[in-house]
Amino acid sequence: MKITHIIALIVIAIAVGIIVSTAGDASTYVTFNEAEVMAKDGDAKSIHVVGKLKKDPAGQIVGMAYNPVIDANRFEFLLIDNNNREQKVVYSNPKPQDFDKSEQVVVIGQMQGGYFQCEKILMKCPSKYENGKFDVQEASTKKGV
Amino acid sequence: MTIGNFGHLSVITSFITALVATFAYYKAAVAKDNALEAQSWKHFARVAYYVHAAAILSVVITLFSIIYNHRFDYHYAWDNSSLSLPIQYLVSCFWQDQEGSFLLWMLWQALLGLLLIRLNRFSDAKSGNGGISWEAPVMTVYVLVQVFLTSMILGVVIPGLDFKIGSTPFLTLREAMPDAPFLQMNPDFVPKDGTGLNPLLQNYWMVIHPPTLFMGFALASVPFAYLMAGLWQKRLTEWLRPALPWALVAGVVLGTGILMGGYWAYETLSFNSYWSWDPVENAVYVPWLVLIAAFHTMLIAKKNATALKASIILVIAQFVLLLYSTFLARSGILGNASVHSFTDLGLSGQLLIYLFTFIGVSVLVSARVWKLLPVDKDEVSAYSREFWLFMGATVLCLASFQVLLPTSIPVWNKIVEGFGGVSNLAPPTDAASYYSKFQLWFFAAVAILTGVGQYFWWKRVQKGKMQDLVTPAWIALFISAIIITFAKVNKPEYMVLLTASVFALVANTTIILGILRGSYRLSGGAVTHIGVALMLIGILFSSGYQKTISLNNSGLAISNDEAFKKDDNKENKENVLLWLSQPTRMGEYMLTYRGPRIEIRDVPQYVPRPWVELIEGDFHAVCLQDIETGGKVYHKKGDTVAVYPENVFYEVEYREPNGRIVTLYPRVQINKTMGTVVSPDIKKEANKDLFSFVSMVPNNPDEEEWSKTEQHRVAVQDTFFINDYVAILENVARTNEVENVKLADNDIAIKANIRIFDREREYTISPTFAINQDRMVLRKPEVNDALGLRIQFFEIDPKTGQFTFTTNSKQRDFIVLKVVEKPLINLLWIGTLVLIVGFMMAVIRRFRDFTNQRDKGVA
Repeated sequence: MKITHIIALIVIAIAVGIIVSTAGDASTYVTFNEAEVMAKDGDAKSIHVVGKLKKDPAGQIVGMAYNPVIDANRFEFLLIDNNNREQKVVYSNPKPQDFDKSEQVVVIGQMQGGYFQCEKILMKCPSKYENGKFDVQEASTKKGV
Repeated sequence: MTIGNFGHLSVITSFITALVATFAYYKAAVAKDNALEAQSWKHFARVAYYVHAAAILSVVITLFSIIYNHRFDYHYAWDNSSLSLPIQYLVSCFWQDQEGSFLLWMLWQALLGLLLIRLNRFSDAKSGNGGISWEAPVMTVYVLVQVFLTSMILGVVIPGLDFKIGSTPFLTLREAMPDAPFLQMNPDFVPKDGTGLNPLLQNYWMVIHPPTLFMGFALASVPFAYLMAGLWQKRLTEWLRPALPWALVAGVVLGTGILMGGYWAYETLSFNSYWSWDPVENAVYVPWLVLIAAFHTMLIAKKNATALKASIILVIAQFVLLLYSTFLARSGILGNASVHSFTDLGLSGQLLIYLFTFIGVSVLVSARVWKLLPVDKDEVSAYSREFWLFMGATVLCLASFQVLLPTSIPVWNKIVEGFGGVSNLAPPTDAASYYSKFQLWFFAAVAILTGVGQYFWWKRVQKGKMQDLVTPAWIALFISAIIITFAKVNKPEYMVLLTASVFALVANTTIILGILRGSYRLSGGAVTHIGVALMLIGILFSSGYQKTISLNNSGLAISNDEAFKKDDNKENKENVLLWLSQPTRMGEYMLTYRGPRIEIRDVPQYVPRPWVELIEGDFHAVCLQDIETGGKVYHKKGDTVAVYPENVFYEVEYREPNGRIVTLYPRVQINKTMGTVVSPDIKKEANKDLFSFVSMVPNNPDEEEWSKTEQHRVAVQDTFFINDYVAILENVARTNEVENVKLADNDIAIKANIRIFDREREYTISPTFAINQDRMVLRKPEVNDALGLRIQFFEIDPKTGQFTFTTNSKQRDFIVLKVVEKPLINLLWIGTLVLIVGFMMAVIRRFRDFTNQRDKGVA
């Protein structure tokens, strides 16, 4: 066997490995119900849930709690997913800027007992003037180490 | 004709002339049997191209003058600029939107085209035959790229089909937003001010990063054009020599552009990183790696047929991947996967046509000549330079492939949906650790290969004579072992990367000193590789060993919730709360928050926010007192000054153990139309950076609420409690001065001094009480922001000798700060500079090569 053939085989093996691992490491978009099932099955993988903030008829956000004087790193809110399930979400970080203005929120994390522990929040804020034009903002847990 | 019409006309002219030039160059290229005909087509093409370049210039000048002259009746100026922006940021307004950034790309493309014509012109004159020179075939391909680019800003609707080609930046407000309510009330309405430039982009890096990046984009199409021309004209290896310096320049410029973006992100965003593996970042990282791989194989492609084939594929791939990255960034397909928010202009279809046209053309042109390409007779030996260069290129391609796949997940979802399926794949959640765990190994391999490759390149090593390589390997192992021990590198993969990088450093340095004897002409490659090794070490330490040092050590139980207790409470306590004027220990530093500051445009230092009062809806403010810093009075009380009203800087003092004080000003930018942006301030030291940012924005001082009024009746030296603070009425005395109040002769003013004890320090608050002849009473309250107290001297009771004070309290002023330490980050920046220098050395060498050959009439 020629040396180039051996190398070609190694390269193909690595490429296939990359494809398989990408498929394996990719996260998924799910609902809170599916997230709960995954958590019960012991699947600790982080997943994406898309939802909207809970608001009262006057348009005020309901169930949001952030008190930096007690704890600057705990932010809680209620998110309603596309199946209309309401879920408490906990974010162990300061409240992201402009969170109140976001139209749609994507939370990334996993269910833990009675709440959704999220590592990262993606927000879609209504941008400037055009309807349907969105700016996406990101807030995330950047681990210190 | 309005200025907008003129701009639009220029756009259309540029599109048509690009088409004409492409066609004429094509005719010149195919008419090689007839020198006269070729010559006349080529002259015609040149004229068309000059007109095209002039038209592009005219588009750029027109758009800039619309922005510069604040023509808010035009959507582009209104949407992207405002009166308050200084000139350098008016420049960045130009490329905030898609049209402008396309235009920037076109501008470079147009200018480089002029250079291309000029460089090839001499050889044409020498060869005396217009047909066989590079100009006509290269420019055919090159200007075709420009045709597609200009079509992106054409803004022409095809009548009857309702199909829009491109999006023009020259729309008036009314044309751009026919449904806007304020325009329906008054169609001729012209806003007084624009909506401004995104505060994120108000940074000098954003003035130079996009031009550099797009210059890289434009440059990358030059080697592609040479390749296509070469294959088309069956000059299968001749294209390599002129294309090589261009590929190198494209590599360095594109790389510099990417890194500038990284540096901007590091300085401006609170993501606390210079690279966040965002899809848009990845989208240019991938073609850049392929471009690097491409010029490595191009170096040996003349003699090695496999390398020639690889070069053909890679040069095509880097160009197509750049188009793909343009598609990803601008079609809106990334949706919520990216923080870069280019809005969808409905150009996705056009971008796809662009992408597939060039894929199609490249595949056809290459397939036609593939059989004609030479074949290697001998198996490549593992002791040849070709083998090792090839290995390097392969690893680079694998590295880019690994990034390309996850970045394309949104595209995959769309394709599956297109076939009626359901795909709910999302990109990996923790992008940084996900990509790093792969890229780390690829780059460890790259580092080793740079060293080994250089040795083989200079023929230092031959079969059975490997000892030359053994010495640097031992030296590298020895140095790495020392670093690993003393820097406490504890992860196996980090040890591997460190050792590999040190080996690259040692091997390449030995090459320069030993073989090349410092020859500046030949050292480009080795110098570049040293830069890469330094960058890798810098990245390894600054990212792998970054440390949050703003740990909450207050000792207060934060929460008993399980999520807070796990990981030894660490995960959730990485932010520190600083009360105004109250020193707090953080690591070896003593931190004190000194209050909010504002930037007055003509005052060199930031001044306390309460010194001025902002004028609503304007970028001016009125001074409430004399503006005096550093012993100089810049403005008098009552003056109107220009400020940056959206920026608030929070002054934080760092006291080092040796008593040295460094003051940082992390920034919070509140822009009513665009949201809140937090930017860090970075304390730079030789061996590390302290990256500090305000992680929670304090309340707006104007919206603070005072508590209900309380009354205290006390005598002198009485102790009492104000909002849980212990207070003593120290004394009450007559005073002749009351700040900001003019006292008449018969007025009586009395000042009380109240001592208040906080946990660590003591304050005195001195409210005054004044009464005049007409028994009019003045009660001047005193506010202490550090305590959040307001005290008013309310009443004096002469009978009992008691005094009445009314007090209000509010939330004390505070900020929440996060501080991250980034060790050895300077190695990354130094490495970057070394890399750029090395690249430029290689460019000079290869360009000389090209001009020498050209002047001999060979190329």
